[in-house]
Amino acid sequence: MQLSREDLLKAYRDMRTIREFEDRVHDEFAKGGIPGFVHLYAGEEASGVGVCMNLDDRDKIASTHRGHGHCIAKGCDAKGMMKEIYGKRDGLCGGKGGSMHIADLSRGMMGANGIVGGGPPLVCGAALSAQTLKTGGVAVAFVGDGGSNQGTTLESYNLARVWNLPVVFVVEDNGYAETTASAWSVGGSQKKRAEAFGMPGLEVDGHDFFAVYEAARQATEWARGGDGPSLIHVKLDRHYGHFEGDAMTYRAEGEVEKLRAESDALNIFRAKVCQAHLLEANQLDEIDAEVKTLIDEAVAESEAAPPPGEKDLLTDVYVSY
Amino acid sequence: MSKKSFRQAINEALAQEMRRDPTVIVMGEDNAGGMGAPGEDDAWGGVLGVTKGLMPEFGRERVLDTPISESAFIGAAVGAAATGLRPVAELMFVDFLGVCFDQIFNQAGKFKYMFGGKAVTPVVIRTMYGAGFRAASQHSQCLYPIFTHIPGLKVVIPSSPYEAKGLMIQAIRDDDPVIFLEHKVMYDDEEEVPDEPYTIPFGEANLTREGEDVTIVAFGRMVNFSNEVADKLAKDGISCTVVDPRTTSPLDTDTILECVEETGRLVVVDEASPRCNMATDISALVAQEAFGALKAPIKMVTPPHTPVPFSPQLEDLYIPSPEKIEAAVRAVAGE
Amino acid sequence: MTNIHPIVMPKWGLAMAEGTVVEWHTGEGGEVAKGGDLLDIETTKITNAVESAHNGLLRRQVAAEGATLPVGALLAVMAEPEVSEAEIDAFIAAFNETFEAEAAAAEEAGTGDPEPETIDADGTAINLLRMGDSEGPPIVLIHGFGGDLNNWMFNQPMLAERHRVYALDLPGHGRSAKDVGAGDLASLSATLLSTLDALEIESAHLAGHSLGGAIALQAALDRPEQVASLTLVASAGLGPDIDMDYIEGFVRAGRRKEMKQVLQALFADPGLVSRDMVEELLKYKRLDGVERALTAIAGTVFAEGRQANVLGHRLHELDTPAQVIWGAEDRIIPAAHAKETPATVKAHILEGAGHMVHMEKAGEVNALIEEIVAR
Repeated sequence: MQLSREDLLKAYRDMRTIREFEDRVHDEFAKGGIPGFVHLYAGEEASGVGVCMNLDDRDKIASTHRGHGHCIAKGCDAKGMMKEIYGKRDGLCGGKGGSMHIADLSRGMMGANGIVGGGPPLVCGAALSAQTLKTGGVAVAFVGDGGSNQGTTLESYNLARVWNLPVVFVVEDNGYAETTASAWSVGGSQKKRAEAFGMPGLEVDGHDFFAVYEAARQATEWARGGDGPSLIHVKLDRHYGHFEGDAMTYRAEGEVEKLRAESDALNIFRAKVCQAHLLEANQLDEIDAEVKTLIDEAVAESEAAPPPGEKDLLTDVYVSY
Repeated sequence: MSKKSFRQAINEALAQEMRRDPTVIVMGEDNAGGMGAPGEDDAWGGVLGVTKGLMPEFGRERVLDTPISESAFIGAAVGAAATGLRPVAELMFVDFLGVCFDQIFNQAGKFKYMFGGKAVTPVVIRTMYGAGFRAASQHSQCLYPIFTHIPGLKVVIPSSPYEAKGLMIQAIRDDDPVIFLEHKVMYDDEEEVPDEPYTIPFGEANLTREGEDVTIVAFGRMVNFSNEVADKLAKDGISCTVVDPRTTSPLDTDTILECVEETGRLVVVDEASPRCNMATDISALVAQEAFGALKAPIKMVTPPHTPVPFSPQLEDLYIPSPEKIEAAVRAVAGE
Repeated sequence: MTNIHPIVMPKWGLAMAEGTVVEWHTGEGGEVAKGGDLLDIETTKITNAVESAHNGLLRRQVAAEGATLPVGALLAVMAEPEVSEAEIDAFIAAFNETFEAEAAAAEEAGTGDPEPETIDADGTAINLLRMGDSEGPPIVLIHGFGGDLNNWMFNQPMLAERHRVYALDLPGHGRSAKDVGAGDLASLSATLLSTLDALEIESAHLAGHSLGGAIALQAALDRPEQVASLTLVASAGLGPDIDMDYIEGFVRAGRRKEMKQVLQALFADPGLVSRDMVEELLKYKRLDGVERALTAIAGTVFAEGRQANVLGHRLHELDTPAQVIWGAEDRIIPAAHAKETPATVKAHILEGAGHMVHMEKAGEVNALIEEIVAR
C-alpha cells in the first residue's frame, strides 16, 4: 500500500463529499428546487475516487450521465457544480450544461455525458493527444454496464488497442441499465471482452476503495509505461434509482436497505482504516462535519445565486461566427 | 502560382498547415493506406488520393490510418481536439454519417455551449459528398443541410480549387468544429492556385458573376453549373448574379438579401434533397426579409425527393443540371 | 501602306485574354488627335479608353459595340484621306490573316505572353515582369503601397513598344517575398537597388507610384549614378500628408464590400473599381504574411499618420532629370505636394484623375515618361 495518511484523508474526504453532495441533491430535488433530471452516484464513490487517486493534472477523464462523483473525484469545485445543477449563471458551465454535462477541462474532466457510450471515443482522442504531445498523460473512460454494450465503447476498445493508446476503460457495473439488469443485458463478461480485444481485463469489488485503487494503479502504470489500454470491471451498487423520481419497482424488496447496511463503501473504508490504525475515527468525523458545512453552503449559495440572463442565451455557441 | 486540381489544392493546404503547426494531424481510413499490410506504404493516400504523400513526409504519428470504425475515430478526433491537437479527420463518404453522427453533433458541436464556453474543439471533418459518380444511394448524398442544422458546427462547401485551399487552411486554423465537404466529381477540376498558404474567411459569400436580372444562389458543384448558365444567358441578354455562400454555417444572409434586392428575382440551386435543404432555407429567408423586392416567385432547383439512383440514365435525371437551372432562370426572368 | 495604322485590342495586365467593345467615341471619318479617346474597352478587371497613338482620321470601325475579341484583334483602321476604301479592305484582310496564323502558331508553340520571373535580390525573392527591348537604360516601374506590377497594365505594354521595361513587385507585395524586414524606406530602396544589380542594370529610368515614388527617390539619393531619370507619380516622400483612413482601411479590409469601398478612394471615377480588381486584391491580402508586411511598412513609412520621409527638398541635390505627375483629384496624397519640389522639376497635374493617375490617364502619363526618357 503506497497511500500516505494524507492520501487516505483525501480519499475519504472526496468520497464523503460525493455522498453528502448526492444525498443532498436527492433531498433538494424532492423539494422541487432543482430543475430537469439528475442521476446520482451515491454508493459508487469508491470507484470514482479509487481510480482518480491515481491521476494527476496531465490526465483526462470522460464520464457518464451519472457524473457528479467523477467530477468531484477529479477535482471539480463542488459549489460550482451545485450551482450548475441549479442552472445558475455562476455554475461550472454557466448554467448551460446542467447535471448531465458538467465539465471542467482545466481539471481534465471532459464532461459528464448525456449520451450513453458517448465518452469512450473522446477518451481515445485525449489519449492520442497525450501520446502525440508526449505529455505522459493517461485518459480514463468511465462507462456503465449499459454503456458497455454501445458500439462506440466496443469500437473504442479496438481503436485504443490498435493505436496502443494510454487508456483505461472503467466499466462501473451497478447491476442496472435504467431498469434492465446487467445480468440479462450483457453478453459474455466484461473481462473476456477486454481480453478478446487484446487488452488486460481486471475485476474488482467496487465497494472497496483499496481494491479499486490497486487495480487502477496497475492499469495506469501499464498505460503510462507504453503498454496501451486495459479495462477494469468494477462491481458496485447505486443507492438511488436510475434518476431522481424513479420508484425502483424493478429492484428486490429490501435490496437497497440491505446494501446500504452491509456494503456501503464509506463504512467499509472507515472500518478498514480505523482497524488498521491508519486513521482515527475522530479525524473522519471531523471531515464529515466539514463536508456537511461545505454542502450546506453550496446549496444555500446555489439557491441565492442569480440565474443566467437573456444575453447568455446566445453566447458560447462558437469561438467566432 | 500554378494550375492545381481540387485534390492538389486540399493536399497542399494540409501539408502546409502540418509544416506550420505540429499539433495538426490527419486521420482516416486508408489516409496513408497499407498499414500493417505486406505491400507499399502510402498505398492509397485516401480512397481518392487527397492525402497522398502526407505520411512519407510527416510519419505515421501524424498521419494515422484507422480501422473502419467511424464512431471511434471521429470521436477520437473530437476528443483530441478538446485536449490540444488540431485533427483533420476524414469521413470517407458523408453517407457514413449515420455511424458516427453522435460524436459530431452531440459531442463536438455542443462542447463549447454545454461547458459554458470553456471548451474549444478545433476539429476538421473532411468528407466526400455528391452525385455523379454512379455510386448509388449510400455513396452519393449531400447531407450538408443536416450539419447546417446543428448549432456549434461550421459547414464549408468549396466550389473550386482556389476556394478549397483557402477554406481548408481557414478550417484548420479555426477554433470551432468544421465540416468540410468535398464534391467527389470535382477532384480533377483545375485552376490557378497560389503556392503560398492563404485563408478565406467563413461567412462571406463570393459573387462569381455579377448581373442585374436574376440572383442565383448555389453551393459547391452547383456554383460551376450556375456560372455556366449565367455565361450562356448573358449572351441572350439575361444577366445573372451568382452567389456562392462558401459556408452554409455561418451563412452570409446579408449578401444574399442585397443581391435579391438588386435583381428582384431568385433561383436557389441545391444538390441536396429538397425537404429542409439550403434551397428551402434561403427561400424562406428571402420571403421573410425581402418579399417586397421580389418581382417573380422564387424558384428552387433541386433533385427530386428520392434516394440517389444508380443507373447512369437515372442519376443524370436526378442531378440538377445546367439545363434545369437555365429553365428556372428563364422562368423567373419572365421568358 | 505605312500611312495605314491598325488599332488593336490592347493587353491590359497579364491575365487579359479578351476585351469587349463598350462604346465608340470616334465615328468613322472622325478626326482624332494623338492621345484622344477612340473607344472604351471592358475587361473583367476594368473599363478603360483606347487612345489614339497618332493624329489622324478614323477610317473604319472593324469591331462593333458589344463585340468580345481577343487581345491583338483588329478594332479599327486609321489612315489618311487619300488611302482608298479598297486599300483599307485589303489591309484588313491581310491583317486578319496574319493575326489568325500567329494566334494559331502561338497556341501550337504554347508561347506568346511574357511571363514574370522571380530573381534573388540580395536574399530577397523579387518577382518582376520584363517586356520590350532597347539599347540604353531600361525603364523600371515601381508600384505603390498594396499594389503590384499589374498596376502598370496600361503603361508597361505601351512603353515596351520602344523600350525595355521592367515592372517589379515590392517586398511584401504581389508574388515577391512577404518578409519586409524593417519595412522602412531605406530597406525598400536597398532592395530596389539590389534588384537593379541582380539584373545587371547600371542605369535605369525609374518611375514610381505613391510609395514606389518615394522608394525611387530614395534610391536616386542613395545611388544617383544608377538613376537616369525620375518620374514620381502621385508620389509619397514629397510632403507630410497621407490619407491614413485609406492606408488603415486597406490593411484592415478582408471582405469584398470593405475592400471595394477602400479602393474607390483611389480613382476619380469610382466606377473603375471592378469585381475582379477587388477579388484580386483580396486574394493578395489573404496570403500568409501580407498583413504583417503591410502593417510593418505602414507603421514605419506612415508612422503616426504622417509620412516619415519628406525628401522633396533634396531633389536639388541631384542632377538627375526628374518630373512629378499628379491626378488633380488625388484623395490619398494631395496634389499640392507636387509643389514641394525645386523649380527645375516639372510638375504635371492631370485633370479628371485620382491617385491612380497612371491608370486613369495612361496615355498622358506614358507620353510624359517617353518624353523624360528621350531627353
